[in-house]
Amino acid sequence: MSTVILLTLTGLGLAALYFLIASGLSLVFGLAGVLNFAHGLFLSIGAYATWWAAPRWGLAVAVPLGIAAGAATGALVEVVLIRPLYKRPTEQVLVTVGLSLAGVALLQSVWGADPRTYPRPAWASEVTTIGSAQVPDDRFLLIGTAVVVLLALLAFLHKTRYGLIIRAGVENRDMVSALGIDVRRAFTLVFTIGGALAGTAGVLGGMYFGSVSPGQGASLLIFAFIVVVIGGLGSVTGSAVAAVVVGLLQQFVNYYGTAGAGDVSVVVLLALVLLLRPSGLARTAATA
Amino acid sequence: MKRFVPLLVLVALLALPYSTLPVPGLFEGTLNSPGTLQMLAICLVFGGLALGYDLLFGRAGLLSFGHALYIAAGAYGTDILVSHAHWPLWAAVAATVPAVAVLAALLGAVALRTTGIAFAMVTLAFAQVGWIVVNRDPGGLTGGEEGLPLDSAGLPAALVGVANTVNLYWVALAFLLLVVVVVHGIDRAPLGRVLTGLRDDERRVSVLGLSAYRLKLGTFVLAGALAALGGAVHALIVGGASPHLASADLTLSLIVMAVLGGAGTRWGAVVGGVVYAYLDQRLTQIGGGLPGPLGQPLFILGTLFVLAVYFAPGGLTGVLKRRGRLA
Amino acid sequence: MILRLRDLSVRLGGSHILQGVTFDVPPAGVTALLGRNGVGKTTTLRAILGEVPASGAVEFGGEPVLGRPTHKLVRSGLGYVPEDRCVFGGLTVAENLRLAVRGPDPDYDTVHELFPELRARAGQRAGTLSGGQQQMVAIARVLLNRNRLLLVDEPTKGLAPAVVSSVAAVLARVAEHVPILLVEQNLAVVRRLAAGAVVLEAGRVAWTGTASDLLGDAGRTRTLLGVGRS
Repeated sequence: MSTVILLTLTGLGLAALYFLIASGLSLVFGLAGVLNFAHGLFLSIGAYATWWAAPRWGLAVAVPLGIAAGAATGALVEVVLIRPLYKRPTEQVLVTVGLSLAGVALLQSVWGADPRTYPRPAWASEVTTIGSAQVPDDRFLLIGTAVVVLLALLAFLHKTRYGLIIRAGVENRDMVSALGIDVRRAFTLVFTIGGALAGTAGVLGGMYFGSVSPGQGASLLIFAFIVVVIGGLGSVTGSAVAAVVVGLLQQFVNYYGTAGAGDVSVVVLLALVLLLRPSGLARTAATA
Repeated sequence: MKRFVPLLVLVALLALPYSTLPVPGLFEGTLNSPGTLQMLAICLVFGGLALGYDLLFGRAGLLSFGHALYIAAGAYGTDILVSHAHWPLWAAVAATVPAVAVLAALLGAVALRTTGIAFAMVTLAFAQVGWIVVNRDPGGLTGGEEGLPLDSAGLPAALVGVANTVNLYWVALAFLLLVVVVVHGIDRAPLGRVLTGLRDDERRVSVLGLSAYRLKLGTFVLAGALAALGGAVHALIVGGASPHLASADLTLSLIVMAVLGGAGTRWGAVVGGVVYAYLDQRLTQIGGGLPGPLGQPLFILGTLFVLAVYFAPGGLTGVLKRRGRLA
Repeated sequence: MILRLRDLSVRLGGSHILQGVTFDVPPAGVTALLGRNGVGKTTTLRAILGEVPASGAVEFGGEPVLGRPTHKLVRSGLGYVPEDRCVFGGLTVAENLRLAVRGPDPDYDTVHELFPELRARAGQRAGTLSGGQQQMVAIARVLLNRNRLLLVDEPTKGLAPAVVSSVAAVLARVAEHVPILLVEQNLAVVRRLAAGAVVLEAGRVAWTGTASDLLGDAGRTRTLLGVGRS
């Protein structure tokens, strides 16, 4: 029983990371139509910014700085690199591919390829006893953050004008322009939000894994892609549900099956979902 | 005149191992030194791999992010049969390539139910399984992160030892020529036109009464088989299979090669593959001497690639063509 | 003239869809843009809006607008009711309308007067509406704002006859205040609404004149539009 509780909470912690990455990817893809391979770079930059700043100014400053660094990278990439290429979707993907290769290499040249020990608040290293299970507190940090982010995103999408524009743009962005709305400003916004969420995931991932390395973003990114496809492109709620399914499945199968079986089972799940429901779990992407 | 350029290049490639010319700056040692020949052999293999990938990407318009899987399957399959099962090399290759084609058929059958970006993500996910399996070293078969050295006991004597590096060069050149013959043959056949038709407008092909799905699957399988053969040749040249072959980064670099050279053109992907592989190896050799990020080959290649997407659409061959027209 | 097209050309994916389209839209009443399927009517509207790359010249209210971003052009007073309505199915009716509001003073009174049903269905998701109700949403979106010209693409396509007639009635009322460039296959609707007519054939203007001259001549109607009696 204690194993099940621990596995569940660990799986949900992982799901929280996947959700933070996937929701941004999903919005960027849903609205702007960009499959963003540089998303893992946003994550790594956020993670390294916090890692760099924490010993200087403490976590209270370093964490917001990491999130802001992710957001700023997202905005900058959209404005400088992606914007000139709208209406050329393949070139956009290619640019994000090049950026992810060059960006990881850049991080490597500055901070080396080896993992660096990551700072974390003292209380996150403690454990809480639930039933008979000893659960590390960092799990709750991840899960709690993801829940807050999910609620905030849904409120933003449903209660604000920009949220309305994003939801409509995911369905049909040409029509949004034809209503007299500058939909590209919303593109910058989703890139910024996606960058901020990826930066958050980078910081939390660093705390969760205990270390940060230049390639960390890329390896998380692939599972986040799977979450996005399973959840339905453009759907935040779909991403949340899919992240939970993927995180739990991966943890449980990895524990009870052979090592690596959990990762494989996630891909099998993806294949099944695509065969049964090609548009993903969310019936329409528009429900956000 | 222009038609003879590929022929001249071929003659140069055939003559090259007999040349004792030193080319300072470009290569360390003379052209026929084993180090240079091995480097060139890797360039040729990547020329072939990139052209094989361009069959999917540039010709059929299928943005696969999982091509590394089939390259790795070819390399590891051959390596495992030779090093663990002690098969002769030719038998290992003859068994591996069709097996990988079957794998490509199975996975392609699922992946091709999706299109566009979803297809990219699904192929990426499938390839990721390959990467995970290779790294976990199931039953001690793949050697995990260390990779699996090729047991030279199972190889023909002519392919073993530094003195025989020139024969590896010939194998690599033969592989490149085979891919060129196959892909250019498809380009010339009616099938080639149908494929590009598929890329531009799938409905038009369906109107012709052809099954777009089957055509794409056939292309996917053929590209998978060529990749497997290339993987086997790569394992032969570098003396083993390494997990890098299965990584998403390898597929990404194939895309970079195809685009850098000029995707969908006759020679673009070959040129891109050779130039990329050369720069990657050469920059690694001299990387230690360069400051900061310039010491990272991927930083330079990634940046070059991004610049190429903006300023040289059509890639290197596109630029050369425009130059040629101006001159 | 509120809108002038001069030598408008569009190439898409290797095919030359519009090959120099030239016509004017007067500042009042309905001008019908007609022609067989696939002659480029919808493409003409989308080229005016800047949704497809085009060459030539488009003047809206005396200003050259080709190459201007779609949203700026629309904000300068060009309303668009697209083919197939293009309402946002995942948004509610109220959200669809709210999204379309451009200025500080949206004209909800007119919308609710013409389409009382939309007020009752404000909270319903637009994707669950009938075709006729979706068309109401699409038209209501342009009526919320002050426009100098409306581009309306096949507003009666796929609707039941009773609904066609009520949509036509609404457009007739709208046209009292703002000129409309109307793409329409239903010639009864054209006859009821349109003063002027422009007929496209294979990406070119084949005929311009009054709608009654066109529709009053059965032979001309047949050769230009490929229909017998209407």
